[in-house]
Amino acid sequence: MHLELRGVTKRFGSLVANRNINLNVEPGTIHCLLGENGAGKSTLMNVLFGLLHPDEGEILIDGKPVVINNSGEAVRMGIGMVHQHFMLVPVFTVAENVVLGFEPTRAGFLNHAEADASIRKASEQYGLAVDPHAVVEELSVGLQQRVEILKALNHNAELLILDEPTAVLTPQEIEGLFEIMRNLKAAGKSILFITHKLKEVKAVADMITVIRLGEVVGEATPDMTEQELASMMVGRDVNLTVTKAPKVPGEPMLSVRDLVVLDDRGLPVVNGVSLDVHAGEIVALAGVQGNGQTEFVEALTGLRPALRGTVTLNGHDITNHSPRQILNAGLGHVPEDRQADGLVLSMSVQDNLVLNTPRVAPFARRGTRNLKSVRANAEERVRDFDIRTTSVDAPTSSLSGGNQQKVIVARELSRPLSLLIAAQPTRGLDVGSIEYVHKRIVQERDENRAVLIVSSELDEVLALGDRVAVMFHGQITGIVDPSVGREIIGLLMTGSQISDDSTVTVPANATTTTSSENPSEDPS
Amino acid sequence: MTDQATNVAAASSEAPAAPRRSRIRRAWDWYLEGHPVIVTGLAIFLGLVIGGIVIILTTPSVLHAWSNFFSDPWNAIKVSFDSVGAAYRAMFTGSIVDPSAFWHAVTTGQGWTGGSSVLTPMSETLTYATPLVIASIGVGIGFQTGVFNIGANGQAIMGGILGTYVGSMIHVPMAIHLPLTLLAGILGGILAGLIPGFLKAYTGAHEVIVTIMLNYVIVYFLTFVLLSTALEAPGSADGVSRTLDTSAQLPAIFGASSGLRVNYGLVVAIVVVIFAKWFLERSTMGFDFRVTGANPRAARTAGINNKLILILCFVVSGGLAGLAGVTQVSGVNHYIDTNFLVGSAGIGFTAITVSLLGQNKPIGIVWGSLLFAALSVGGRQMQAQTGIPYDLATVIQAVVVLLVASPVLIKEVFRLRGAKTSGIQLATKGWSS
Repeated sequence: MHLELRGVTKRFGSLVANRNINLNVEPGTIHCLLGENGAGKSTLMNVLFGLLHPDEGEILIDGKPVVINNSGEAVRMGIGMVHQHFMLVPVFTVAENVVLGFEPTRAGFLNHAEADASIRKASEQYGLAVDPHAVVEELSVGLQQRVEILKALNHNAELLILDEPTAVLTPQEIEGLFEIMRNLKAAGKSILFITHKLKEVKAVADMITVIRLGEVVGEATPDMTEQELASMMVGRDVNLTVTKAPKVPGEPMLSVRDLVVLDDRGLPVVNGVSLDVHAGEIVALAGVQGNGQTEFVEALTGLRPALRGTVTLNGHDITNHSPRQILNAGLGHVPEDRQADGLVLSMSVQDNLVLNTPRVAPFARRGTRNLKSVRANAEERVRDFDIRTTSVDAPTSSLSGGNQQKVIVARELSRPLSLLIAAQPTRGLDVGSIEYVHKRIVQERDENRAVLIVSSELDEVLALGDRVAVMFHGQITGIVDPSVGREIIGLLMTGSQISDDSTVTVPANATTTTSSENPSEDPS
Repeated sequence: MTDQATNVAAASSEAPAAPRRSRIRRAWDWYLEGHPVIVTGLAIFLGLVIGGIVIILTTPSVLHAWSNFFSDPWNAIKVSFDSVGAAYRAMFTGSIVDPSAFWHAVTTGQGWTGGSSVLTPMSETLTYATPLVIASIGVGIGFQTGVFNIGANGQAIMGGILGTYVGSMIHVPMAIHLPLTLLAGILGGILAGLIPGFLKAYTGAHEVIVTIMLNYVIVYFLTFVLLSTALEAPGSADGVSRTLDTSAQLPAIFGASSGLRVNYGLVVAIVVVIFAKWFLERSTMGFDFRVTGANPRAARTAGINNKLILILCFVVSGGLAGLAGVTQVSGVNHYIDTNFLVGSAGIGFTAITVSLLGQNKPIGIVWGSLLFAALSVGGRQMQAQTGIPYDLATVIQAVVVLLVASPVLIKEVFRLRGAKTSGIQLATKGWSS
């Protein structure tokens, strides 16, 4: 299917979300729409899918102008959409979800055989292997996404819109998705792929349209460098690498010894972890998601009880202290799930900026909040941390993901800290925000704070870490210098132990040396 | 900050210079914008229209006129309007003021006091609204903290029981006795509230189940204590308590001889409203309450002790419900019997509706309580004057609540802007909070 947008403009009041957008998706290609969060990509897709109506401009399908009034019409015209958040019924089987709304029936009952057959056919044709009888809620996120794609194909989609499809996937699942996209392309389908991740664009796109602040800033081809694409997307030169001066770490700030933590089912997910983080040092905790990192951080921050072991912060035992006590002891915490744990989305930016310090002077006096100083504080933070919001009174839900993260970072870094723990600090953020968050984290380390980063992104681990600790099945399989390279760290992430062989580069200082050996033998 | 705003503005279009509009046009635009006050007003109006239709459909004389529609169509319409008009006139004059009597009182200076004072309707409405405001604010603070305190009625009864005990069994001067009685009421509510509070905090028992069941327990507890020597009036065998000492009664504002029942409980309610406004908007503890209600996980991560907040919430919410109960006893009834706050008098249940109606905010709750009180008081007058049953007032209450709670529907019906689903603000979250 050939899709063309001509001069599409969409306004919300005085705000122009899309201005004069021209887009041309050729049949049988993967066309990438690249732009930062809040650039207007999703608005454009909603216009295309009939959820919003353009104020100006026209949409042409195979050369003929069309008006799309609702998503049902879009589906009938052959447009399929895979939303960032899946629209599946969790308790239904794959087959039931795929045929939902277009059920093949026999004598008024759902014809399961026919539903299964149509799924098997699509699965084979495009390499979308899913068991039709599996219940959706029991499938991994990657497989659920396949169900969404199958659903669109079952409705005879000729053009598939994939809205940030990789945000929720593991690296292996992303590779699998790309394979499916290539198969679909080979079968003549057009794909409109929306993303802000440069590597992915270069990996699969045939054509790239870059949009910024609601306008098309140019067309690009995948042979352009990441640097060039990033500059186009952000509108200025972007520093994709982290600049970090060498620094000799100081005293150990956080000391964890033989920590054992149970998960919700009562099984040990953190099983004898020992780790030191020194002042003026960034330790990056790497590992595939679900190897105990989340529970490890929860135990450090007092959100989950530790069964055994000790946690010492700045010389004080904080094992199993309350979250408030640990925060007061000088811990800054950027939680993994920022919307669930870090922010109250319905509350204003200014309230979120004092979420864990509402009683601290000057924000309150004798139980009454001083709203003036809360506001003054918020206005200062918004300026210092470049938080893009219409006002400090705006609910945090109205901010983009990057700016929500900046609210948390601003709040945590505004307190006197001895240790900063940041879990997945740049997940789902755009290039500009990633650059900023990384810069602030390095700045904290340069100001002699201890920093513990938890990340499943290897690039981030290698860029930020002064030392990299790798976690696998609840244990630390090794603590290495990032210069050992991706292969070694990748091996550690799959559980291989490395002995003191020559592949480990000689660490920069003595402290690192002791720690890079078997950590559980550290004197405690 | 201003830089940011400029950036955002730069991203948007240069707003076209607004053409000068006439005053009427701007007022019309303001109406179309659908300010909550406008929407609520329209909801009440629509509720009354629907109530009028129900009156037409249920009044035999009107139906009879309609059965002769083809022989005399004007009569059918006239009878309908007369009947509905008389009903609503009775409701208005019975709950707010009778304009002609008021004018007569202004010109002649008579009829301000006494059994048929022109102020009686308003006094009755305020008397009814007083404990309702207090109980609703208690429920509303619970909702804002994510706690469904369905047990406000039981807590109010406990407040009434303890208040009656202190008010009738000890004998001290009013300056000590009255505050002590009110405090006893608050304490009763707190005690009843702590049971679900502790059970929820330490065992995870759902407060909806616990508080609903406790309501039954407390009603039977009421019967039990009324038959005990501590509360039962000497010589009575029908479960009526002793009467509160005069020193434990909230006096009528205009004096006992005025015939107006509105009492200093009104002042208590105003103090509670001011306290609640400060508590929710300005206090640090209220901030913790709201954070916990909006996102308990983020609250915990921010160092807020969820269990403590939960228990404190039941202390505040239960305490206010208890105060509502004792205000009713001390200001109006002066004694309790087995019907105290039972059945249609269950202000603790009405408080749930009123709180939702007022979006759990103190000022909204004040308006919601006044509306409910006026409909109830006026409904009785309507029954007395026109013979239309009081139940119809209940129907109108229900319809008004449904419509006020559906702003999107109202906006659709009256073609206001912004009638889209994304504008819906849920006053509460799911039960699984």
